[in-house]
Amino acid sequence: MAASSSEVSALLNRKYDAGFYTDIEQDQAPPGLNEDIVRLISAKKQEPEWMLEWRLRAYERWLRMPEPKWAHVHYPPIDYQALSYYSAPKTTANLLQSLDEVDPKLLETYKKLGIPLQEQKMLAGVAVDAVFDSVSVHTTFKDKLAAAGVIFCSFSEAVREHPDLVRKYLGSVVPQADNYYAALNSAVFSDGSFVYIPKHTRCPMELSTYFRINAMNTGQFERTLVIADTGSYVSYLEGCTAPQRDENQLHAAVVELIALDDAQIKYSTVQNWYPGDEQGRGGIYNFVTKRGDCRGRNSKISWTQVETGSAITWKYPSCILKGENSVGEFYSVAVTHHRQQADTGTKMIHLGRNTRSTIISKGISAGYGQNAYRGLVRIAKSAENARNYTQCDSLLMSDHCGAHTFPYIEVRNRTAKVEHEATASKISEDQLFYLQSRGIATEDAVNLIVNGFCKEVFKELPMEFAVEAQKLLSITLEGAVG
Amino acid sequence: MLRIENLHAEVAGKPILRGVNLTVMPGEVHAIMGPNGSGKSTLAYLIAGRPGYTITAGSITYNGKDLLALAPEERAGEGVFLAFQYPVEIPGVNNVYMLKAAVNGIRKYRGEPEMGAVEFLNLVKSKTKAIGLKDDLLNRPVNQGFSGGEKKRNEIFQMSVLEPRLGVLDETDSGLDIDALKVVADGVNRLRSPDRSFVVVTHYQRLLDYIVPDQVHVLAHGRIVRSGPRELALELEARGYDWLTADAA
Repeated sequence: MAASSSEVSALLNRKYDAGFYTDIEQDQAPPGLNEDIVRLISAKKQEPEWMLEWRLRAYERWLRMPEPKWAHVHYPPIDYQALSYYSAPKTTANLLQSLDEVDPKLLETYKKLGIPLQEQKMLAGVAVDAVFDSVSVHTTFKDKLAAAGVIFCSFSEAVREHPDLVRKYLGSVVPQADNYYAALNSAVFSDGSFVYIPKHTRCPMELSTYFRINAMNTGQFERTLVIADTGSYVSYLEGCTAPQRDENQLHAAVVELIALDDAQIKYSTVQNWYPGDEQGRGGIYNFVTKRGDCRGRNSKISWTQVETGSAITWKYPSCILKGENSVGEFYSVAVTHHRQQADTGTKMIHLGRNTRSTIISKGISAGYGQNAYRGLVRIAKSAENARNYTQCDSLLMSDHCGAHTFPYIEVRNRTAKVEHEATASKISEDQLFYLQSRGIATEDAVNLIVNGFCKEVFKELPMEFAVEAQKLLSITLEGAVG
Repeated sequence: MLRIENLHAEVAGKPILRGVNLTVMPGEVHAIMGPNGSGKSTLAYLIAGRPGYTITAGSITYNGKDLLALAPEERAGEGVFLAFQYPVEIPGVNNVYMLKAAVNGIRKYRGEPEMGAVEFLNLVKSKTKAIGLKDDLLNRPVNQGFSGGEKKRNEIFQMSVLEPRLGVLDETDSGLDIDALKVVADGVNRLRSPDRSFVVVTHYQRLLDYIVPDQVHVLAHGRIVRSGPRELALELEARGYDWLTADAA
């Protein structure tokens, strides 16, 4: 390759930009998980009795469940008793009403990450909920959203202020005992975001949650619930970072989306958890359950994800296509570099008539990274005229990395049309040389090729996020060819 | 402009070039002809800097600089352009977008300011017209789904936008019908000037009816075995290569 090896190694040694740690006084639960810890979390949040009972039920279920082992990832056993299940900056122990009460150190943290919480400095048109370890520290633009009838707040606040909505929808898409990590999350989830878009309302701005794991030896278990009522529309963005540490940290979130008749939810993620170092030390274990329920007729849920971080990623944002004519979409770019491992994909469960789904998955493996696509397309008996199109492409950037595809297709209705296309290719020296011979420098040429490979996914991201995703991708893959 | 001296090159231990000497003066067009496997494409690739070859002896000097010491993109910055025999497809990368990256990559190398979007689009517009490239090809992914002729036209179009000082054409004429051939030749002829040179690799004399060379060289078994004026090409067409290559083997 034309780039000299010293250039390449300099680039490989780049820093993870978000890897700093904020030294802030923490209110942290002792390590270990038992019923008392669940009660403690609930008490910290000043939750009503029904919420505590719900958590305890989940905890009992979790105790009886085995940890799943089927994913194409490898890691030493996790000691669930060594983790702390609650950590909050002390100053937010009491709930915050105004930004003046937020610890300046927290504001500084988000500023460093490029996410100012002062509304006048924000990107116009994006409201942010900032979650720091176990608690939501601030939600912006609440007043403006309230004027449109939109509820956007931390999950804890929703439990207190909007109990009817929470009780009606919580766990209705991802049941407590859906899987091991979802059960764990249901027992100990600490915070997250809650969104309700009223009937026939187009949410006036993009909503976004920014997750930050800061404390050591804590797990982050947040919960997001988005409800789009009849005829409404919302676009929701999610970003994540964590400090650089030698220990692994567990992130087990649950996201539930509900779209009623004629409603649309667009959910975009740029995941940049700390991926560990070149040797595979440290990094986040990202074991997440995300599912959307197209409950109403003509409803639509789109997942777009750009996954560049985490030591291990285990996640399958899915759609249950219940409503007639409902549409599910999954657009994904997953990158694994160094020793990162990803087992990710989607499930499209077709139940209603004329339901349609599209899956576009782009896996990029570099270094010793292992990247698996795992997808299920199920057409139930009831799903007359269901359609699915799946395209699954892998790009290999080194001789040591791996790409794996595990598609599952189950069709129980003869009128179904299901298409699956898959390709795997190595980044080609011919392509690189062609671009270089036109005067384009090696790194720029790699970026062009990789961005071209991901184009179908990037074009689904909201504008600001698309730019961010491209930058992130080029940083993640710097020096990856060789 | 270009001086190749005693160039020896091999691929995976197999010698391809065995002592090539070639001097191209500013403003000249040199045609390289020869049978299959004689090393013509290797020579073109070595000028452009394709990886995968081992140079065992010799040098390529370009405007006084050691060309072999430069990366491919630096050679482009110095004004070298290779029109590929098999242009490469790059899925998802818009043709014009790639070309803008190329123009600005070269400008950056030369320490010039980047070209703005409007100026660039005007440049593209004037060149597409001249080459007769269909507008919709501009916004399609690079070479993807292009016909053979469209790919070659696209190479010439890129060359006309980048305005190199040394254009190397690697069998740009192969597989082209007579109309496309004329377009390619027009593209080259329009760029011909006293300070710009071309090395045209071709199998067929036909192209040289349109791009009239100053010199014709015959490459056989990794060496130039005969050089002569334009008439040499006509003689080759009449007599084939055998009478020249027998001794070289």
